Amino acid sequence: MDKITLTINGQEVKATRGMTVLEAAQSADIYVPTLCHYPDLEPYGGCRLCIVEIEKMRGLPTACTTPATDGMVVTTESSAIQQVRQTSLELILSTHPCDCLECHRRERCGPYDICLRHVAVTDRCVVCPANDNCELQQVADYIGVHELRIPRDTMPRTIDTSNPFFDLDRNRCILCARCVRACQEITGVGAIDMAYRGYGMKVATFGDMPLMDSICRSCGECMVRCPVGAITPKDTVLPEREVKTVCTYCGIGCSMYLGVKDDKVISVRGDEQGPANQGRLCVKGRFGIAEFVNHRERLTTPLIRKNGRLVKASWDEALDFIAGKLGKYRGDEVAVISSAKSTNEDNYVMQKLARAVLGTNNVDHCARL
Amino acid sequence: MTRAKPSNGNKERTIYVCQGTGCISGKSFEITEALKKAVKEQGLQGVNIDFTGCHGFCEQGPVAIVEPEGIFYAHVTVADVPEIVESHLRDGKPVERLFYKDPVSGEAIPYHKDIKFYSMQQRIVLRNCGRLNPERIEDYMAVGGYESLKKVLKEITPEQVIDEVKRSGLRGRGGAGFPTGTKWEFCHNAVGDQKYMICNADEGDPGAFMDRSTMEGDPHTVIEGMTIAAYAIGASEGYIYIRAEYPLAVKRVRLAIQQAEEKGFLGDKIQGSDFSLHIHVKEGAGAFVCGEETALLASIEGKRGMPRPRPPFPANSGLWGKPTTINNVKSLATVPVIIDKGTEWYASTGTEKSKGTCVFALTGKIANSGLIEVPMGIPLRKIIYEIGGGIPGNKKFKAVQTGGPSGGCLPESFLDQSVDYESLAAAGSMMGSGGMVVMDEETCMVDVARYFLSFTQAESCGKCVPCRIGTKQMLDILERICQGEGRPEDIPLLQQLGEQIKAGSLCGLGQTAPNPVLTTLRYFRDEYEAHINEKRCPALSCTKLISFYILPDKCQGCGICARECPTECIAGGKRMVHVIDQEKCVRCGTCLEVCPERFSAIIKVSAEEVDVPSEPIPVKEKPKAAAA
Ligand SMILES: Cc1cc2nc3c(=O)[nH]c(=O)nc-3n(C[C@H](O)[C@H](O)[C@H](O)COP(=O)(O)O)c2cc1C
Ligand code: SF4
Ligand code: SF4
Ligand code: SF4
Ligand code: SF4
Ligand code: FES
Repeated sequence: MDKITLTINGQEVKATRGMTVLEAAQSADIYVPTLCHYPDLEPYGGCRLCIVEIEKMRGLPTACTTPATDGMVVTTESSAIQQVRQTSLELILSTHPCDCLECHRRERCGPYDICLRHVAVTDRCVVCPANDNCELQQVADYIGVHELRIPRDTMPRTIDTSNPFFDLDRNRCILCARCVRACQEITGVGAIDMAYRGYGMKVATFGDMPLMDSICRSCGECMVRCPVGAITPKDTVLPEREVKTVCTYCGIGCSMYLGVKDDKVISVRGDEQGPANQGRLCVKGRFGIAEFVNHRERLTTPLIRKNGRLVKASWDEALDFIAGKLGKYRGDEVAVISSAKSTNEDNYVMQKLARAVLGTNNVDHCARL
Repeated sequence: MTRAKPSNGNKERTIYVCQGTGCISGKSFEITEALKKAVKEQGLQGVNIDFTGCHGFCEQGPVAIVEPEGIFYAHVTVADVPEIVESHLRDGKPVERLFYKDPVSGEAIPYHKDIKFYSMQQRIVLRNCGRLNPERIEDYMAVGGYESLKKVLKEITPEQVIDEVKRSGLRGRGGAGFPTGTKWEFCHNAVGDQKYMICNADEGDPGAFMDRSTMEGDPHTVIEGMTIAAYAIGASEGYIYIRAEYPLAVKRVRLAIQQAEEKGFLGDKIQGSDFSLHIHVKEGAGAFVCGEETALLASIEGKRGMPRPRPPFPANSGLWGKPTTINNVKSLATVPVIIDKGTEWYASTGTEKSKGTCVFALTGKIANSGLIEVPMGIPLRKIIYEIGGGIPGNKKFKAVQTGGPSGGCLPESFLDQSVDYESLAAAGSMMGSGGMVVMDEETCMVDVARYFLSFTQAESCGKCVPCRIGTKQMLDILERICQGEGRPEDIPLLQQLGEQIKAGSLCGLGQTAPNPVLTTLRYFRDEYEAHINEKRCPALSCTKLISFYILPDKCQGCGICARECPTECIAGGKRMVHVIDQEKCVRCGTCLEVCPERFSAIIKVSAEEVDVPSEPIPVKEKPKAAAA
């Protein structure tokens, strides 16, 4: 690979051609505040927080969009940068509930803290599902904005609660367009986009309809990329621990972490290291697991029909039973249909069983039907 | 006054009626039809009725020129047609009452060439506008059109073309003033199997109409320039991006493309060479930001018209990721002339760093408003007082705003400033795409800043934070100040926000939107201070800060004001001194307008209490002698 060297804050940084300045900085553990940047999305350059100074370039280019080149000399902190960053951040905060910043009673309230009522109910960080997991809080801490020189816009914006799995609360939206880009670039659905212009811009579906009336697939890819609490799951209990597993819904093999609380699955998180899915999940994997795992009618053992009644059995019993029955047939007397929920390997073994053991070419698969 | 000599009645004559958008709205189609009909009825021989594109003097429209004499008629109506036909076209006696009248001397001027508005101009881009029929390629070819393209294809390599344009010093007329030859060179050198040439005809600046007039009046110039540019960079596909609000320009450009294709100046293997170019017209939906080149590209690609950061520059990764050059209409319209007359000729006009001419849409408080083309380096004073004929109504000049909605406002001390890219930028303004708004003493500079910012703020695409939210915050502050609710800390806050929005925004819109505010803060700070500290509008313009009073010693009780006042808040009675109810008055100024001049009893003030009676009182009788 094509290696390049640049200097960031006086430090020599080795990077690969094709990286942005931001990626180069991050690879050397140099922090640059960002809000609209997301690793697997195309650079956007909207929040303007990642501005840096680059020798031989005019103005304050954004690190997240500028390609790193060999010999580049970058500065990520200066008083000019700080001033502009601070103003941009103040402007963002003026459209986001942020009165907690100015609270003199507490430094910052955590998820289960009780607000000491300095701030109006709807403006409290504690009522936001993203509290303590909010990139805007982190960036504000880093840049150090504690009050606004400009008035906050408290005009209510519409909330879309039509989706059964997540809500879109535009009062918290900072218009970073990560959701829009996720829907277009990651899922290829394009259910949402930025609508209207300038200060009136907002995330909307085609025709500004509720999400449920749009082509949204409810995959939640937008939700996981929202840096603030604007798109949040309806169910927001936090897990005690996480268990790594593979989704059983289909054969793709998406790797995921199940969130567990009181020995029950309560949440799902895509595994970014998962080779098949790189963190992405579909609606079933992301929102359908807890309900089905915990469902009281879910089968937990095989059942064998005895005298017209289904009776619980062990796996050995069930397999012996099937082997006994199947063993009576050969060739065209038998056909095998396998499942899309099985992996490719399982399906391969299934057809092998059919051809080599049962001696039939009558093999089919539910996904074809 | 130069009298028009009655000329030989039998001479072959052509009357060219302007069919630019302005004159069309003044019924120039109907005038043309009426002329045709009248000429036919009179059975006149050797009289042709033809039309041209915009002359740039729309304010005097509908206009017409009779050639070969070059008689210029202003404000022509259908009712004037019989007289023009009988007196001028038949008997050779021009119709004097339709001559243009000089705003300063009041003198009637018969000949086009003697009108100062025109005679002081130097027309390169607009050289053919108003001079030929834009819907006939033959007219364009008759004045040497497409000769430059032929010459380029036959004798000059793309590298040489680039070199010539570089040496001519031509800089982009779309606003930023980037050297055109260098831009072409980047794209020429970029690697790509397909390259695109784009003409930016979005022209979103309110009040600007030079690109529209060029396309309506001389579309072939644009196509020829664009074809030469495409040859230089190696593009085989081209787009002209025209806003859909310009239907006539769209129509004439489409027609011109078709004619150029028929004559072999466009299409495959142009003029038998190996060079091919297909030009498409893309109609834009009219967002100001779509004039920004990366937003324009997104728009052609069918995406939301939002700019993206550069690098990568369009020269390397433009339309559909391919190397692309984007040039303004005027930049391209200049190219055929440079090829024809040579780089030295072109470079001999203008200043050291800004060559050639610039086109302005001159408007505002100015006698002659319209489209003008002047050499770079001309002082502002010359434009305003000589070409523009000065400020009407004996008012005092206050400021001139150049560069469209995000340009700066320059005070009187800059009147002798040379008009070029560097000088305007140094003064805090810019060339932009050529708006020029003149303001007089009655213009409130805070209100002007508010007005321009309200445009850019509404046209922000919304992508980036400083522009989307920052301009809104600035606008809110300005609105407060104009309402008399400003606070002393607003001035430093506006200054800081303005500077940081400029530094932090993604594209040129946000990077320049604060200019009107910053320049007025710089040159007219006292007006801000008056609004904030004294709640006074020195120009007597901000409605919330002004009041109208009726002076008891002047009012004669005629009652006109009371009748006309829309809120009926003037109390009076016959021969009574009238009184305005300040609570109910909406500050519309109707009373001031209608009070007869011989009384002039009404005054407009700001932050000033005037001693007037609270109820109507009888008018004081004047001594008989004085009344007579
Ligand atoms: C907000 C904005 C609006 C613009 N509008 C126009 C326009 O209407 N026409 C135009 O030619 N250039 C416009 N420009 C400038 C273009 O981005 C670009 O610089 C220009 O078309 C390049 O052509 P030139 O080199 O011939 O000037 C605009 C720029 C900005 C930032
Ligand atoms: S849930 Fe999926 S499909 Fe629906 S808007 Fe979000 S990303 Fe798009
Ligand atoms: S909803 Fe979230 S991800 Fe989408 S634009 Fe708003 S803040 Fe960004
Ligand atoms: S500066 Fe304004 S117009 Fe330009 S990208 Fe940012 S929001 Fe859009
Ligand atoms: S119009 Fe003038 S003179 Fe007449 S009543 Fe009104 S103020 Fe008096
Ligand atoms: S992270 Fe770079 S502009 Fe938002």
